[in-house]
Amino acid sequence: MNSRGNIKDFLFEKTTALFALFVLALTLLLFALLVRESLPAIRKIGASFVTNTTWDPVLEEFGALPFLYGTVVSSFLAILIALPLGVGAAIFINEFAPDWLKTPVSFLAELLAAIPSVIYGLWGIFVLLPILRDHFMKPVSRVLGWIPLFQGPVYGPSMLAAGVLLSIMIVPFILSVSREVLATVPKVQKEAVLSLGGTRWEMIRIVIGQHCIPGIFGATILGLGRALGETMAVTMVIGNRPDIVLSLFQPGYSMAAVIANEFTEATGDLYLSALVEIGLVLFFLTIVVHLVAKLILNRMVPEARKGAAR
Amino acid sequence: MKRHLAIGIALFGFAFLTAGHVSVRAAAPLTVTGAGATFPYPLYSKWFYEYSNAHPGVNFNYQSIGSGGGIRQITAGTVDFGATDAPMKDADMAKLPGPIFHIPTAIGAVAVVYNLKGVGPGLKLTQEALADIFLGKITRWNDPKIASQNPGAKLPGEDIVVAHRSDGSGTTDIFTNYLSTVNPGWKEKVGRGKSVRWPVGLGGKGNEGVAGSVKQTPGAIGYVELAYATQNRMAMAALRNREGSFVPPTLESTSAAAAGASRTMPADFRVSLVDAPGKDAYPICGLTWILVTKDQKDEAKGKALVAFLKWALHDGQKMNAPLLYAPIPGPVVEKVDATLQQIRFQGKSLY
Repeated sequence: MNSRGNIKDFLFEKTTALFALFVLALTLLLFALLVRESLPAIRKIGASFVTNTTWDPVLEEFGALPFLYGTVVSSFLAILIALPLGVGAAIFINEFAPDWLKTPVSFLAELLAAIPSVIYGLWGIFVLLPILRDHFMKPVSRVLGWIPLFQGPVYGPSMLAAGVLLSIMIVPFILSVSREVLATVPKVQKEAVLSLGGTRWEMIRIVIGQHCIPGIFGATILGLGRALGETMAVTMVIGNRPDIVLSLFQPGYSMAAVIANEFTEATGDLYLSALVEIGLVLFFLTIVVHLVAKLILNRMVPEARKGAAR
Repeated sequence: MKRHLAIGIALFGFAFLTAGHVSVRAAAPLTVTGAGATFPYPLYSKWFYEYSNAHPGVNFNYQSIGSGGGIRQITAGTVDFGATDAPMKDADMAKLPGPIFHIPTAIGAVAVVYNLKGVGPGLKLTQEALADIFLGKITRWNDPKIASQNPGAKLPGEDIVVAHRSDGSGTTDIFTNYLSTVNPGWKEKVGRGKSVRWPVGLGGKGNEGVAGSVKQTPGAIGYVELAYATQNRMAMAALRNREGSFVPPTLESTSAAAAGASRTMPADFRVSLVDAPGKDAYPICGLTWILVTKDQKDEAKGKALVAFLKWALHDGQKMNAPLLYAPIPGPVVEKVDATLQQIRFQGKSLY
């Protein structure tokens, strides 16, 4: 009986290990394929691929910097908007909202996460862009048009539109992870602050703030990961212009968008290879973001523990 | 309840059995596979449907994955035919394992569409004005280069917002080919291609993306397929052709361009129809092709393919106009027939 159980355990363990290895192998294969397919471009173009700002398929001059810039800026813009929104909503739902409101709000948030991105893109074109253009960008441009961030003519499709749309797409992630993290705070600690005469704000600031920052940071990275790779919705509102300009009102381009746009009709080996290399750069960018996040997180956790114990 | 269920199961079983019966009786259908251009897809799917109805036993499986994909797949030999909106380059032809024919199937036009309050359709644009708008040299609608040709129109002093395709497309290839042909500045600075480095403007994905940008942005100008512009009732510009007359894009003016070009049609049909001669010819037109290998690997499939192409160039052409593609002119069809006769299996013509 006992030994049979051991065999089962053994088999179970090895099978799950196989599945875990499969994930690892898949990632490595993906990486190897990206490298192999982009080798012609890497050899021919070299390092200037990520420093050159000209993307000209006709003359076969390939510089991916504008796409890199667009991906990074639109994603960080999205985080900038989504973080306070998601965390704020999570605190409200967990700490203040009456019970009858909690379920519908969290249900709707999860629903938002399940909407296909092309639907977000269509909504972006037909609803978000006109509203942003007429009720935000135009007035701001009139008053603050001299600030480099808001310079230039107002079209609608822009880096800002991409950032706003992305932020709406990642709020559900930040919201639901933040809620999970908030729920892990021991009730005793919260009650302790309140019993010492602290206000609710102080309770949230001291206990939850200290306890939850690593988790919320993790939620942010999760959202950032989605924003970096988002393709359809971004390409529909970003304007698809490979330029590097500071103004958020001007159109931009992202790495995922250019691959989606140009891959199907790309003829010529170098052109195809250059597009794959953009995928490779995006792959690296995602890895770097996650590694940096892990490093920061590792340093943060002990400090947060200290804070929580204080 | 139980009885209903039993009847349901019985009916289902019956349907299943009869279906099985029918498929056993019919000979295994021959499936001809193809891949390529999206632009002629509505026409091709109509053709496949009609042809399969008239010739049971032949089915088509066409994937509209884009011209580039069509060329790649026929080069690799994974499909029976390819389809493309831009002729294969000589460099790509050289890489082929065997000779390939470009069979023209339809003619499309690219319309220049705009969104200007108070200005109706038919705004007149010269070659120079159009190129300068897309080069970013003309930035306002009341520019003298536009205004001088349209004395009656109340042109606003608005900024021109240029919209173009962001995805690689045959439409862009035809449009940039036209600008390169009529404007040396464009040829030198931008050139021709399915994706180019646009001097100005916003990129929209697909015809719908460009049309969306144009419709939503006051003062916008862009280019879309004629069929798309017509179906969406967009304001289309009349362009000056090489004979000096301003011609709006219509099926007739597209056919006129094809007729003008048919006299000089080369034997391999790899020709551009832009800036075609003829007083009524619309200047931005292009052919779309089906790609077939000269030496077929499978006799039955090759025979079916040739028979289909023959049908498409004669009976099938009647379906072009209702779907807003101009038909291939008669003299060209004769030349295509001669080409189809060269398609062979082990040296034997399949025509």
